[in-house]
Amino acid sequence: MIEVIYVMWLRQLKRYWRSKARLLGSLGQPILFLIAFGFGFGPTFQKAGGGNYIQFLAPGIIAMSTLFTAMFTGIEVVWDRRFGFLKETLVAPVARFQIMLGKTFGGASVAVIQGTIVFLLTLMVGFRPSITLVPLAFVFLFLIALFFTSMGIAIASKIEDMHAFPLIMNFLIMPLFFLSGALFPLNGLPKAIEVVVKLNPLSYGVDGLRSSLTGMTGFNMVTDIVVLTVLSIIMNIIGSLLFSKIEL
Amino acid sequence: MKKNKIIVVRNLSKYFKKIKAVDNISLDVEKGSIFAFLGPNGAGKSTTIKMLTTLLIPSSGEIIIDNLDCLKNKSEVRKAFGIVFQDQSLDDELTAYENLDFHGALYSVPKVLRQERIMNSLQLVNLSERENDFVKTFSGGMKRRLEIARGLIHHPKILFLDEPTLGLDPQTRNNIWGHIKQLNKEEQMTIFFTTHYMPEAEQIADKIAIIDYGKIIAQGTLAQIKEKSKSKSLDEAFLSLTGRSIRDENATSLDRMRMKRRLRR
Repeated sequence: MIEVIYVMWLRQLKRYWRSKARLLGSLGQPILFLIAFGFGFGPTFQKAGGGNYIQFLAPGIIAMSTLFTAMFTGIEVVWDRRFGFLKETLVAPVARFQIMLGKTFGGASVAVIQGTIVFLLTLMVGFRPSITLVPLAFVFLFLIALFFTSMGIAIASKIEDMHAFPLIMNFLIMPLFFLSGALFPLNGLPKAIEVVVKLNPLSYGVDGLRSSLTGMTGFNMVTDIVVLTVLSIIMNIIGSLLFSKIEL
Repeated sequence: MKKNKIIVVRNLSKYFKKIKAVDNISLDVEKGSIFAFLGPNGAGKSTTIKMLTTLLIPSSGEIIIDNLDCLKNKSEVRKAFGIVFQDQSLDDELTAYENLDFHGALYSVPKVLRQERIMNSLQLVNLSERENDFVKTFSGGMKRRLEIARGLIHHPKILFLDEPTLGLDPQTRNNIWGHIKQLNKEEQMTIFFTTHYMPEAEQIADKIAIIDYGKIIAQGTLAQIKEKSKSKSLDEAFLSLTGRSIRDENATSLDRMRMKRRLRR
């Protein structure tokens, strides 16, 4: 079983590493957001008494790039189905959930790497995190990656249309990102928005990252970890069920 | 179950909504034999292969592979066969070696043994020199050969080949059938294949079955099939049994009528 998960994981990482264009291309959006929002809204944020905006924004951007990469792992399932490789894995004498787990860990690892690269980039733009809780930040990064990779694969299991998948993903990713507290603090929001933000799993990831990296906290880290862990397990089970139902 | 039968199919059907893709078919394949499964486009060949290889769940009927019930012992059954799909199923972004290694790991072939088998199967299909090249740089024929090599890594008892020579030039086709015959002779591997090239089936198959509109309309040795249709060649027999009209996925009512008449005969 470990072997199956390992080879699935390894394949994912090899494919990621070999596609430098994808690696670099997916850094564009976080950099743009970081610079445009960071320097654009920075002065206003400061004047309003929020402190250094880059400091506030950086964890949000790190979460965003992880979210994007994780969700788009699903597209590999859609491609594998379209270009035939999925058949090779589905006809093998292994349980489907093992294949799903391997894919999830592979996708999540890639997403964590991508998040780490963005983390390093934020340091260059002036982000100054506190070092002590950085390991904890990686736990949050991994949980964000795990949850959204499972979600991406779950959705991909139901979608056969290669062109529909990216559209649906964008349709989901944008609200998830904008309504997660990545860009603005959670206190003093209109009630309706606050409810939406609290229902958004990414909010807990962003909050956890921000708490561990900067000490600014909205919920609290224990809540963040519990919520994300429980949701990741549930989403993984849903993903496994949907994935195991794929018929060719 | 009869010992010398490695594939036994009884009253197998598959419906997609109202369409009967496979309609109550039964067939036997003897251990170590080469079995050709023929039929026009959309006749139900691929659907049957998908059911035999556990990728599709039958609507009704029974499949016994290597004395195991295909529906109850999926994992065991999957270890017993290798398959070369009709369309490509390699990972283009991995090398030839990596594709085979991945396959070996999925079929839990131990590491050392895996390396040895990868070398042997690559040699068999003359791809040893390309082992570290990416599959995306391969030609159609090379990909096909690599898929056959991959199907052999776990030493299956049965090899399913769904139109293995589709779209390949005569040299490559010849070469591929050479490999397949060799496997059948030397390893006593049972071969179950589909093709549209009648001469291929004529030359290589021990037994032939022809499926049309989801039903098996002829089954037996080459001689028996030729006799049944009073034809000189398999090509002729095939056309006289399945008619000359060109098929879409759905048959016309005229075709169905002719089909019924033929079955009554």
